[in-house]
Amino acid sequence: MATKILIPTPLRTYTGKLESVTVEGNTVGELLQKLTATYVPLKRHLYDDTGSLRNFVNVYVNDEDIRYLQKEQTRVSEKDTVSIIPSIAGGRSI
Amino acid sequence: MIDSLTYVTAGAPPLIDRIGDTPLLRLPAFPGISPRVGLFAKAEWYNPGGSVKDRAALSMIREGEKSGALIKGKTIVDATSGNTGIAYAMIGAALGYRVRLAVPANAGSERKRILSAYGAEVTYTDPLEGTDGAQLYVKRLVAERPADYFYADQYNNPANWQAHYRTTALEIYSQTGEGITHFVAGIGTSGTFVGTSRRLKELNSSIRCISFQPDTPLHGLEGLKHLPTAIVPGIYDTKLADEHLEISTDEAHEMARHLAKTAGILVGVSSAASTVAALHVARRLSEGVVVTVFPDHGSRYLSERFWKE
Repeated sequence: MATKILIPTPLRTYTGKLESVTVEGNTVGELLQKLTATYVPLKRHLYDDTGSLRNFVNVYVNDEDIRYLQKEQTRVSEKDTVSIIPSIAGGRSI
Repeated sequence: MIDSLTYVTAGAPPLIDRIGDTPLLRLPAFPGISPRVGLFAKAEWYNPGGSVKDRAALSMIREGEKSGALIKGKTIVDATSGNTGIAYAMIGAALGYRVRLAVPANAGSERKRILSAYGAEVTYTDPLEGTDGAQLYVKRLVAERPADYFYADQYNNPANWQAHYRTTALEIYSQTGEGITHFVAGIGTSGTFVGTSRRLKELNSSIRCISFQPDTPLHGLEGLKHLPTAIVPGIYDTKLADEHLEISTDEAHEMARHLAKTAGILVGVSSAASTVAALHVARRLSEGVVVTVFPDHGSRYLSERFWKE
Protein backbone atom coordinates (compact mmCIF):
# COMPACT_ATOMS: atom_id res chain seq x y z
CA MET A 1 0.00 0.00 0.00
CA ALA A 2 1.42 3.38 -1.01
CA THR A 3 1.06 6.46 1.18
CA LYS A 4 1.96 10.05 0.40
CA ILE A 5 4.54 11.84 2.60
CA LEU A 6 4.62 15.65 2.46
CA ILE A 7 8.15 17.08 2.64
CA PRO A 8 8.73 20.49 4.36
CA THR A 9 10.48 23.09 2.19
CA PRO A 10 13.85 23.03 4.07
CA LEU A 11 14.18 19.28 3.36
CA ARG A 12 13.24 19.38 -0.33
CA THR A 13 16.95 19.90 -1.09
CA TYR A 14 17.30 16.21 -0.24
CA THR A 15 14.32 14.93 -2.24
CA GLY A 16 15.28 16.46 -5.57
CA LYS A 17 12.88 19.38 -4.86
CA LEU A 18 9.91 17.01 -4.57
CA GLU A 19 7.09 18.36 -2.39
CA SER A 20 5.80 14.87 -1.70
CA VAL A 21 7.04 11.34 -2.02
CA THR A 22 4.79 8.27 -2.20
CA VAL A 23 6.17 5.09 -0.65
CA GLU A 24 4.94 1.62 0.31
CA GLY A 25 4.50 0.58 3.94
CA ASN A 26 2.00 -0.43 6.61
CA THR A 27 3.27 1.81 9.42
CA VAL A 28 4.76 5.31 9.71
CA GLY A 29 8.08 3.70 10.70
CA GLU A 30 8.16 1.60 7.53
CA LEU A 31 7.32 4.62 5.37
CA LEU A 32 10.07 6.74 6.90
CA GLN A 33 12.57 3.90 6.58
CA LYS A 34 11.81 3.56 2.88
CA LEU A 35 11.92 7.31 2.43
CA THR A 36 15.35 7.63 4.04
CA ALA A 37 16.62 4.53 2.19
CA THR A 38 15.75 6.28 -1.10
CA TYR A 39 16.96 9.72 -0.01
CA VAL A 40 19.84 8.76 2.27
CA PRO A 41 21.05 12.28 3.28
CA LEU A 42 17.57 12.89 4.72
CA LYS A 43 18.17 10.32 7.43
CA ARG A 44 20.39 12.36 9.74
CA HIS A 45 17.89 15.23 9.65
CA LEU A 46 15.04 13.03 10.87
CA TYR A 47 16.81 10.58 13.20
CA ASP A 48 19.45 11.04 15.91
CA ASP A 49 22.50 8.77 16.38
CA THR A 50 20.47 6.27 18.41
CA GLY A 51 17.93 5.87 15.61
CA SER A 52 15.13 7.78 17.36
CA LEU A 53 13.16 10.50 15.62
CA ARG A 54 14.67 13.85 16.59
CA ASN A 55 12.58 15.57 19.26
CA PHE A 56 11.97 18.70 17.17
CA VAL A 57 10.68 16.68 14.21
CA ASN A 58 6.95 16.10 14.28
CA VAL A 59 5.31 13.50 12.11
CA TYR A 60 1.60 13.78 11.46
CA VAL A 61 -0.83 11.30 9.99
CA ASN A 62 -3.45 13.58 8.52
CA ASP A 63 -4.00 16.04 11.41
CA GLU A 64 -2.75 13.84 14.24
CA ASP A 65 0.74 13.89 15.76
CA ILE A 66 1.99 10.28 15.84
CA ARG A 67 3.21 10.84 19.41
CA TYR A 68 -0.46 10.80 20.40
CA LEU A 69 -1.21 7.77 18.18
CA GLN A 70 0.98 4.66 18.15
CA LYS A 71 4.18 6.59 17.36
CA GLU A 72 6.17 4.93 14.56
CA GLN A 73 3.95 1.85 14.82
CA THR A 74 0.96 3.98 13.74
CA ARG A 75 -0.71 2.14 10.86
CA VAL A 76 -1.33 3.95 7.59
CA SER A 77 -3.36 3.31 4.47
CA GLU A 78 -3.32 4.80 0.99
CA LYS A 79 -6.03 7.23 2.10
CA ASP A 80 -3.74 8.83 4.69
CA THR A 81 -1.28 11.66 4.21
CA VAL A 82 1.87 11.79 6.34
CA SER A 83 3.54 15.19 6.98
CA ILE A 84 6.98 15.94 8.39
CA ILE A 85 6.82 19.24 10.26
CA PRO A 86 9.42 21.11 12.33
CA SER A 87 8.11 21.59 15.86
CA ILE A 88 8.36 25.36 15.53
CA ALA A 89 8.80 27.76 12.68
CA GLY A 90 12.36 27.79 11.46
CA GLY A 91 14.17 28.57 8.25
CA ARG A 92 12.87 29.53 4.90
CA SER A 93 13.59 27.31 1.97
CA ILE A 94 14.32 28.41 -1.59
CA MET B 1 2.01 73.75 45.38
CA ILE B 2 3.36 70.53 43.81
CA ASP B 3 1.23 69.25 40.97
CA SER B 4 1.56 65.60 41.91
CA LEU B 5 -0.13 64.25 38.78
CA THR B 6 2.35 66.10 36.55
CA TYR B 7 5.20 64.87 38.74
CA VAL B 8 4.09 61.24 38.59
CA THR B 9 3.35 61.40 34.85
CA ALA B 10 6.85 62.69 34.12
CA GLY B 11 8.35 59.71 35.97
CA ALA B 12 5.98 57.14 34.47
CA PRO B 13 6.38 57.04 30.71
CA PRO B 14 4.14 54.96 28.44
CA LEU B 15 4.99 51.25 28.23
CA ILE B 16 6.57 51.38 24.78
CA ASP B 17 9.05 54.01 25.98
CA ARG B 18 10.48 51.19 28.12
CA ILE B 19 11.79 49.33 25.08
CA GLY B 20 15.57 48.90 25.27
CA ASP B 21 18.01 49.55 28.14
CA THR B 22 17.85 45.89 29.12
CA PRO B 23 20.09 44.45 31.85
CA LEU B 24 23.39 42.77 31.04
CA LEU B 25 23.53 39.46 32.93
CA ARG B 26 26.75 37.80 34.07
CA LEU B 27 26.49 34.12 33.19
CA PRO B 28 27.57 31.44 35.66
CA ALA B 29 31.03 29.83 35.54
CA PHE B 30 31.44 26.97 33.06
CA PRO B 31 34.20 24.35 33.08
CA GLY B 32 37.04 25.06 30.69
CA ILE B 33 36.61 28.82 30.75
CA SER B 34 39.48 30.96 32.03
CA PRO B 35 38.57 32.98 35.16
CA ARG B 36 39.84 36.00 33.21
CA VAL B 37 37.07 35.57 30.61
CA GLY B 38 33.70 37.12 31.41
CA LEU B 39 30.55 35.78 29.77
CA PHE B 40 27.58 38.15 29.57
CA ALA B 41 24.14 38.24 27.97
CA LYS B 42 21.61 40.99 27.24
CA ALA B 43 18.37 39.87 28.90
CA GLU B 44 16.01 41.00 26.15
CA TRP B 45 12.88 39.58 27.79
CA TYR B 46 12.97 42.73 29.96
CA ASN B 47 11.48 44.54 26.98
CA PRO B 48 7.73 45.11 27.51
CA GLY B 49 6.75 42.74 24.69
CA GLY B 50 9.05 40.10 26.17
CA SER B 51 11.66 39.86 23.42
CA VAL B 52 14.47 41.56 21.52
CA LYS B 53 12.01 42.09 18.66
CA ASP B 54 10.43 45.06 20.43
CA ARG B 55 13.45 47.11 19.37
CA ALA B 56 13.18 46.30 15.66
CA ALA B 57 9.38 46.54 15.55
CA LEU B 58 9.34 49.97 17.23
CA SER B 59 12.10 51.20 14.92
CA MET B 60 10.28 50.02 11.77
CA ILE B 61 6.97 51.52 12.94
CA ARG B 62 8.54 54.88 13.90
CA GLU B 63 10.46 54.99 10.61
CA GLY B 64 7.20 54.26 8.76
CA GLU B 65 5.50 57.15 10.56
CA LYS B 66 8.41 59.47 9.79
CA SER B 67 8.48 58.60 6.09
CA GLY B 68 4.68 58.83 5.81
CA ALA B 69 4.35 55.16 4.78
CA LEU B 70 2.42 54.48 8.01
CA ILE B 71 -0.52 56.75 8.69
CA LYS B 72 -3.59 56.37 10.90
CA GLY B 73 -6.09 53.96 9.41
CA LYS B 74 -3.46 51.74 7.79
CA THR B 75 -2.91 48.21 9.03
CA ILE B 76 0.58 47.06 10.00
CA VAL B 77 1.24 43.74 8.25
CA ASP B 78 4.16 41.27 8.23
CA ALA B 79 5.17 37.62 8.29
CA THR B 80 6.62 36.38 11.57
CA SER B 81 7.21 33.18 13.50
CA GLY B 82 6.10 34.92 16.68
CA ASN B 83 8.17 37.44 18.60
CA THR B 84 8.16 40.21 15.99
CA GLY B 85 4.43 39.66 15.67
CA ILE B 86 3.99 40.06 19.41
CA ALA B 87 5.98 43.30 19.28
CA TYR B 88 3.89 44.69 16.39
CA ALA B 89 0.69 43.63 18.17
CA MET B 90 1.70 45.31 21.44
CA ILE B 91 2.96 48.54 19.84
CA GLY B 92 0.04 48.61 17.39
CA ALA B 93 -2.45 48.31 20.24
CA ALA B 94 -0.64 51.06 22.19
CA LEU B 95 -0.45 53.47 19.24
CA GLY B 96 -3.87 52.70 17.72
CA TYR B 97 -2.91 50.75 14.59
CA ARG B 98 -4.55 47.51 13.47
CA VAL B 99 -2.08 44.65 13.10
CA ARG B 100 -2.40 41.74 10.69
CA LEU B 101 0.09 38.88 10.74
CA ALA B 102 0.89 35.74 8.80
CA VAL B 103 2.31 33.07 11.09
CA PRO B 104 3.25 29.48 10.17
CA ALA B 105 0.69 27.18 11.81
CA ASN B 106 3.47 25.28 13.62
CA ALA B 107 4.51 28.32 15.70
CA GLY B 108 4.35 27.72 19.45
CA SER B 109 0.92 27.77 21.10
CA GLU B 110 1.95 30.34 23.74
CA ARG B 111 2.79 32.80 20.97
CA LYS B 112 -0.52 32.30 19.21
CA ARG B 113 -2.39 33.02 22.46
CA ILE B 114 -0.38 36.16 23.14
CA LEU B 115 -1.04 37.49 19.61
CA SER B 116 -4.76 37.00 19.98
CA ALA B 117 -4.73 38.60 23.46
CA TYR B 118 -3.27 41.79 21.93
CA GLY B 119 -6.05 41.75 19.34
CA ALA B 120 -3.91 41.09 16.26
CA GLU B 121 -5.58 39.49 13.27
CA VAL B 122 -3.61 36.33 12.51
CA THR B 123 -3.64 34.08 9.45
CA TYR B 124 -1.97 30.71 9.94
CA THR B 125 -0.04 29.56 6.89
CA ASP B 126 1.13 26.12 5.74
CA PRO B 127 3.46 24.66 8.38
CA LEU B 128 5.42 22.78 5.68
CA GLU B 129 6.52 26.11 4.23
CA GLY B 130 7.62 27.86 7.45
CA THR B 131 8.04 31.64 7.27
CA ASP B 132 8.49 31.19 3.50
CA GLY B 133 4.79 30.54 3.03
CA ALA B 134 3.91 33.31 5.51
CA GLN B 135 5.98 35.87 3.57
CA LEU B 136 4.44 34.88 0.24
CA TYR B 137 0.98 35.19 1.78
CA VAL B 138 1.73 38.73 3.02
CA LYS B 139 3.16 39.78 -0.34
CA ARG B 140 -0.08 38.66 -2.06
CA LEU B 141 -2.20 40.42 0.55
CA VAL B 142 -0.31 43.71 0.15
CA ALA B 143 -0.33 43.45 -3.67
CA GLU B 144 -4.14 43.16 -3.65
CA ARG B 145 -4.76 46.30 -1.54
CA PRO B 146 -1.49 48.24 -1.19
CA ALA B 147 -3.19 51.38 0.13
CA ASP B 148 -4.60 49.54 3.16
CA TYR B 149 -1.31 48.26 4.55
CA PHE B 150 2.01 49.30 6.01
CA TYR B 151 4.20 46.30 5.10
CA ALA B 152 6.93 46.40 7.76
CA ASP B 153 8.96 43.64 5.97
CA GLN B 154 11.37 42.81 8.81
CA TYR B 155 13.64 40.72 6.55
CA ASN B 156 14.39 43.63 4.23
CA ASN B 157 13.72 46.80 6.23
CA PRO B 158 16.92 48.69 7.21
CA ALA B 159 15.07 50.15 10.22
CA ASN B 160 15.33 46.63 11.69
CA TRP B 161 19.13 46.56 11.97
CA GLN B 162 19.28 50.30 12.63
CA ALA B 163 17.44 49.74 15.94
CA HIS B 164 20.41 47.68 17.15
CA TYR B 165 22.93 50.10 15.66
CA ARG B 166 21.32 52.93 17.65
CA THR B 167 20.54 51.12 20.90
CA THR B 168 21.74 47.53 21.56
CA ALA B 169 25.37 48.17 20.52
CA LEU B 170 25.70 51.35 22.58
CA GLU B 171 24.15 49.69 25.63
CA ILE B 172 26.56 46.75 25.42
CA TYR B 173 29.54 49.04 24.90
CA SER B 174 28.66 51.14 27.92
CA GLN B 175 27.52 48.23 30.16
CA THR B 176 30.89 46.50 29.65
CA GLY B 177 32.82 49.71 30.44
CA GLU B 178 33.83 49.76 26.75
CA GLY B 179 35.59 46.46 27.43
CA ILE B 180 33.71 44.06 25.16
CA THR B 181 36.11 41.95 23.07
CA HIS B 182 33.71 39.46 21.40
CA PHE B 183 30.08 39.74 20.31
CA VAL B 184 28.11 36.56 19.53
CA ALA B 185 24.60 36.46 18.05
CA GLY B 186 22.36 34.17 16.00
CA ILE B 187 21.02 34.95 12.53
CA GLY B 188 17.24 35.13 12.02
CA THR B 189 16.32 38.29 10.16
CA SER B 190 19.99 39.12 10.98
CA GLY B 191 18.92 42.53 12.37
CA THR B 192 20.45 42.03 15.83
CA PHE B 193 23.76 40.73 14.50
CA VAL B 194 24.13 43.22 11.66
CA GLY B 195 23.14 46.38 13.56
CA THR B 196 25.02 45.59 16.76
CA SER B 197 28.19 44.35 15.02
CA ARG B 198 28.33 47.29 12.62
CA ARG B 199 28.25 49.81 15.47
CA LEU B 200 30.59 47.87 17.77
CA LYS B 201 33.21 47.64 15.03
CA GLU B 202 32.93 51.40 14.45
CA LEU B 203 33.45 51.99 18.17
CA ASN B 204 36.41 49.61 18.37
CA SER B 205 37.60 47.83 15.23
CA SER B 206 39.29 45.08 17.24
CA ILE B 207 35.97 43.72 18.58
CA ARG B 208 35.36 40.26 17.03
CA CYS B 209 31.81 39.55 15.88
CA ILE B 210 30.75 35.92 15.62
CA SER B 211 27.42 34.83 14.12
CA PHE B 212 25.76 31.45 14.48
CA GLN B 213 23.00 29.50 12.79
CA PRO B 214 21.29 26.13 13.17
CA ASP B 215 23.43 23.19 11.98
CA THR B 216 20.60 21.54 10.02
CA PRO B 217 17.75 22.68 7.73
CA LEU B 218 15.11 21.20 10.03
CA HIS B 219 15.77 22.51 13.53
CA GLY B 220 14.14 23.68 16.73
CA LEU B 221 15.93 27.02 17.15
CA GLU B 222 12.93 29.32 16.99
CA GLY B 223 13.51 32.48 15.00
CA LEU B 224 16.88 31.42 13.56
CA LYS B 225 17.72 30.54 9.97
CA HIS B 226 19.76 27.80 8.37
CA LEU B 227 21.22 30.04 5.67
CA PRO B 228 22.33 27.38 3.13
CA THR B 229 18.67 26.32 2.70
CA ALA B 230 17.08 29.72 3.33
CA ILE B 231 16.46 32.82 1.30
CA VAL B 232 19.04 35.15 2.79
CA PRO B 233 17.43 38.24 4.37
CA GLY B 234 17.95 41.43 2.36
CA ILE B 235 19.46 43.22 5.37
CA TYR B 236 22.10 40.50 5.98
CA ASP B 237 25.69 41.59 5.41
CA THR B 238 27.91 38.60 4.58
CA LYS B 239 31.13 40.58 5.17
CA LEU B 240 30.42 41.50 8.79
CA ALA B 241 31.05 38.27 10.70
CA ASP B 242 34.61 37.36 11.64
CA GLU B 243 33.46 33.78 12.11
CA HIS B 244 30.34 31.63 11.70
CA LEU B 245 29.36 28.85 14.10
CA GLU B 246 26.76 26.10 13.71
CA ILE B 247 24.78 25.06 16.76
CA SER B 248 22.62 21.96 17.16
CA THR B 249 19.11 22.01 18.59
CA ASP B 250 20.01 19.17 20.99
CA GLU B 251 22.91 21.19 22.47
CA ALA B 252 20.58 24.18 22.88
CA HIS B 253 17.90 22.10 24.61
CA GLU B 254 20.50 20.68 27.00
CA MET B 255 21.78 24.20 27.75
CA ALA B 256 18.23 25.54 28.34
CA ARG B 257 17.68 22.85 30.99
CA HIS B 258 21.13 23.45 32.49
CA LEU B 259 20.69 27.23 32.80
CA ALA B 260 17.24 26.86 34.39
CA LYS B 261 18.24 24.17 36.89
CA THR B 262 21.74 25.30 37.86
CA ALA B 263 21.62 29.08 37.46
CA GLY B 264 17.94 29.97 37.79
CA ILE B 265 17.99 31.48 34.30
CA LEU B 266 14.90 30.29 32.38
CA VAL B 267 15.47 31.23 28.75
CA GLY B 268 14.13 30.40 25.30
CA VAL B 269 15.80 27.96 22.94
CA SER B 270 17.60 30.64 20.91
CA SER B 271 19.04 32.14 24.13
CA ALA B 272 20.32 28.71 25.10
CA ALA B 273 21.86 28.36 21.63
CA SER B 274 23.51 31.79 22.14
CA THR B 275 25.08 30.47 25.35
CA VAL B 276 26.42 27.39 23.54
CA ALA B 277 27.90 29.61 20.81
CA ALA B 278 29.39 32.08 23.33
CA LEU B 279 31.02 29.16 25.19
CA HIS B 280 32.65 27.95 21.95
CA VAL B 281 34.22 31.40 21.65
CA ALA B 282 35.07 31.81 25.35
CA ARG B 283 36.86 28.43 25.61
CA ARG B 284 39.56 29.59 23.19
CA LEU B 285 40.36 32.78 25.11
CA SER B 286 42.76 33.39 27.97
CA GLU B 287 41.08 36.69 28.73
CA GLY B 288 38.25 38.72 27.31
CA VAL B 289 34.68 39.95 27.61
CA VAL B 290 32.24 37.88 25.56
CA VAL B 291 28.73 39.26 25.12
CA THR B 292 25.71 37.57 23.57
CA VAL B 293 22.00 38.31 23.31
CA PHE B 294 19.19 36.38 24.99
CA PRO B 295 16.24 37.07 22.65
CA ASP B 296 13.47 35.87 24.97
CA HIS B 297 12.41 34.03 28.12
CA GLY B 298 11.71 30.34 28.62
CA SER B 299 8.11 30.92 29.62
CA ARG B 300 7.23 31.13 25.89
CA TYR B 301 8.42 27.56 25.34
CA LEU B 302 6.93 25.64 28.24
CA SER B 303 4.86 23.42 25.95
CA GLU B 304 8.06 22.13 24.31
CA ARG B 305 8.78 18.51 25.14
CA PHE B 306 12.50 18.94 25.77
CA TRP B 307 11.99 20.35 29.29
CA LYS B 308 10.85 16.92 30.43
CA GLU B 309 13.96 15.06 29.27
